[in-house]
Amino acid sequence: MIPLITGAEITFWIAGPLAVLGGIGLIAFRKAVYAALSMALTMINIAVLYASLDAMFLTFVQIIVYTGAIMMLFLFVLMLVGVDTPDSLVETLRGQRVAATLAGIGILGLIIFGIGGALTGVAPVGLDAANAQYGGNIEGLSALIFSRYVFAFELTSALLITAAVGAMVLGQRSRVHSRPTQKELSQERLRAYAEEGTHPGSLPNSGVLARHNSIATPGLLPDGTVSEQSVSETLAARGVIVDAPALSRATAQVFESVDSTIGEEDE
Amino acid sequence: MSPDYYLILATILFTLGTVGVMVRRNALVAFMSIELMLNAANLAMVAFSLARGGLDGQVATFFVMVVAAAEVVIGLSIIIVIYRTRRSTSMDAASLLKL
Amino acid sequence: MITLETIAATGVFQVAWLMIALPALVAGLLLVSGKFFDRGGHWLAVAASSASFVLAFWMFIEMLGADPEHRAVSVPLFDWIQTGSWTVSAGLQIDQLSILFAMLITGVGSLIHLYSVGYMAHDDRRRRFFAYLNLFVAAMLLLVLADDYLVLFVGWEGVGLASYLLIGFWQHKPSAAAAAKKAFVMNRVGDLGLSMAVMSMLALIGSSSFEAVNAAAAKLSPGWATAIGLFLLLGAIGKSAQVPLQGWLLDAMEGPTPVSALIHAATMVTAGVYLVVRSHEIFQMSEVASTAVVIVGAVTLLFGAWIGTSKDDIKKVLAGSTMSQIGYMMLAAGIGPAGYAFAIFHLLTHGFFKANMFLGAGSVMHAMNDDVDMRHYGALAKVMRVTFLTFAMGYLAIIGFPFFAGYFSKDHIIEAAFGHSAWAGVAALLGAGITAFYMTRLMLMTFYGDQRWREGVHPHESPKTMTIPLIILGFFSIIGGALMNFWIQEWLEPATGGHPHELTMVPTLVGWLTMAVVAAGVAISWFVFGAKPVPDEAPASRNFFTVMGRNDLFGDTVNDVLVVQPTMLAARGVVVADHKVLDGGFGGLATAFAGISTQVRKLQNGQVRTYALTMAIGVVAVGVVMILSQLG
Repeated sequence: MIPLITGAEITFWIAGPLAVLGGIGLIAFRKAVYAALSMALTMINIAVLYASLDAMFLTFVQIIVYTGAIMMLFLFVLMLVGVDTPDSLVETLRGQRVAATLAGIGILGLIIFGIGGALTGVAPVGLDAANAQYGGNIEGLSALIFSRYVFAFELTSALLITAAVGAMVLGQRSRVHSRPTQKELSQERLRAYAEEGTHPGSLPNSGVLARHNSIATPGLLPDGTVSEQSVSETLAARGVIVDAPALSRATAQVFESVDSTIGEEDE
Repeated sequence: MSPDYYLILATILFTLGTVGVMVRRNALVAFMSIELMLNAANLAMVAFSLARGGLDGQVATFFVMVVAAAEVVIGLSIIIVIYRTRRSTSMDAASLLKL
Repeated sequence: MITLETIAATGVFQVAWLMIALPALVAGLLLVSGKFFDRGGHWLAVAASSASFVLAFWMFIEMLGADPEHRAVSVPLFDWIQTGSWTVSAGLQIDQLSILFAMLITGVGSLIHLYSVGYMAHDDRRRRFFAYLNLFVAAMLLLVLADDYLVLFVGWEGVGLASYLLIGFWQHKPSAAAAAKKAFVMNRVGDLGLSMAVMSMLALIGSSSFEAVNAAAAKLSPGWATAIGLFLLLGAIGKSAQVPLQGWLLDAMEGPTPVSALIHAATMVTAGVYLVVRSHEIFQMSEVASTAVVIVGAVTLLFGAWIGTSKDDIKKVLAGSTMSQIGYMMLAAGIGPAGYAFAIFHLLTHGFFKANMFLGAGSVMHAMNDDVDMRHYGALAKVMRVTFLTFAMGYLAIIGFPFFAGYFSKDHIIEAAFGHSAWAGVAALLGAGITAFYMTRLMLMTFYGDQRWREGVHPHESPKTMTIPLIILGFFSIIGGALMNFWIQEWLEPATGGHPHELTMVPTLVGWLTMAVVAAGVAISWFVFGAKPVPDEAPASRNFFTVMGRNDLFGDTVNDVLVVQPTMLAARGVVVADHKVLDGGFGGLATAFAGISTQVRKLQNGQVRTYALTMAIGVVAVGVVMILSQLG
């Protein structure tokens, strides 16, 4: 007999491996941004799996809250801190990876043995009856949330407010010294110039060339060399600086060719 | 469709999250691994919900998501505070648990 | 043969516990009352002791009135220990044996209380002394009235405690403190024997009450009967200062003289004899144990007499004499049914005349400014008439002068000893001769001869509170024997299982022989000490017997070599072992733990990821254990 293949099964066999792939990516990618994006992939696939499990409300909450809000929050913070330093692949703790892998395999075997052993052969009841009781999945969930779980619901609202206040408190940067005045700043600048020869004026602008004017383009000094101070150190470290002399050379060639053309026409 | 497969999938994801916490040094990635573990548990609960024919599992998942959101807010705030003082998000740098 | 069957208590017997409770109560009262009773407390103590005597005497009259089968009374008090399969109920057994003891203890005890009122009149701590005396009376009554070996043991320890407190009463003297300690420690050796006996009874019989033990004694295996008998004998030896645990009694004379009279002559030291007689059912089951009792008694009676011959300290002579007389009692108790009644008989008469003589010695010391050396006495007969006359009654009683108390009791024992075996008889006979020798020596050195008083000593007769007890005890020293001679065997028959011998007033062959030996002893003593002046200092002597006697037959040396030195050696060895082996071992263990800790500490590296790993491993471990336990 040919086994009946349903849409849910097809969905599972597509979204499941993708979710696992995302999980592997999370722990394997060196760069945190890639790891976060792998995580987002997993989230979306889990949302799809929710859909295959007749949990339409959760599918959208998963996409909106997790993938949309939480993961983006992660990316924001990643941008704020250390996006420029990829993880070193050298493990500092001796034997940590091997032991962690073994412990992971242990937990995997344990849960599959424990829960799998308890559930094998149980036919799913399905949610049709439960959904039909109040006229749909969302109606059913809200009926539960606002009746049986109303206290838990109220507590979560309190939790969310607490978390919001907590985030504000933690984000508050408290000053140890009073804010330096304009006068103090200028005095400090001139003292640095007197003692270390630091230039007291503002740093040079980035280069404004004919075809490039991004902040990644360094400014050129009068002799044609690059001014190191005109671009951010972060960009320099990441190696995304535009080769300004090459650009200026190309421009110069263009000018030369234009000049020669004009000259030929003059002659 | 038997819930077994969903459970095994959830277990695999959970394990990946556990291993991630243990091997990744970046606090943010470790934090994401924890989120992955939460999601694995959510998946299992939704699968149970279908298997048992009740919506309670989905409600529980909903609450887990709310709590996770609150947790992420606080957790990321803490990471930022640590970054401010130590200029690093590496978990190995924060070995202050030792005397 | 009439066996001992107790009846329920009625009438005065229902308040028999008051006999014990009154002195105990007064003892406690005097101890805690502070200075309130400093002035009149001693009369309260005398009253408590006398009240106990009145109660005992009343009961004795009641018992005399009853027919022999219904004389023994049991007075259950309360369930003391209830555990598992056995119950120990505290109760009193007032039978023919214990009532005699109760009367002796309370009667002689009351007289000695009265005597102490005079003797201790100038002591700062008189109230405490009387509290201890009452404590002793209470404990001793508990000992003899108990119906259970375990309850008896409580009284046994109580008298040990009182004895310790009273020997060391003048604790400011190092010698008294040491003597108290010595008595306490040596008594513990005996107590070990008694406690082992009680434990054996509980293990084998399941009960330690006299009734149950007596009933079950016949069913004991011979080995166990011998073992329990020897355990009991060890207890008796310790308490009664028999060889080889005799060493403490001579030193116990450091206590005030009334204490020596009451505890270390008349009552407590005879507890061993009481124990043997009380346990006669067990000793009858074991030839070995009863023979051991005879040997101990025979050896001790010679041993004590020997010491008595060569001491100059009047109290030590009397102490040696006490050992010797208790040796007689043990000898009689070991002989069997023929001897039990005589042992108790001699115990009672000895209680009278020895208390009499000790109190007389106290009176003499009182007159001689607490000097105990007989070489400093002499010619006191005329100065202290009452003391001299009463002492003389005791003297005649102890040497067995015809128709005095000791004549009846001791002659019976000597006869019974000849009935047992020739060597026991000869030992007893020889002992009688030596007794006559050293007692005559004491009399001569103390009351006759020249005045050898130290300067500033003005002998005088003691106050009335001291002489009245002497007169009463002197009176009983004369008639005590004749009073009980024909009566005591019948009276004690149910309690001791003996059957009466035919007794006549006319001495038998052994009786004549004894009188001859005693007369020889007196004559030799007169020849040695009476015919010529007594030297002021003890003459240096190389005579084997003298040297041995003066040094207590080197009992302390034997103890020192056999027990003290090995113990000290063992203690030193233990110290060395403690330092080297134990300290080293524990030190090493500690070092090992420190090393392990140093290694384990490395696990605490402060890394969050390591902790996460540990947690994960822990989860796996717990899960595996749970699953395995489910499978198992």
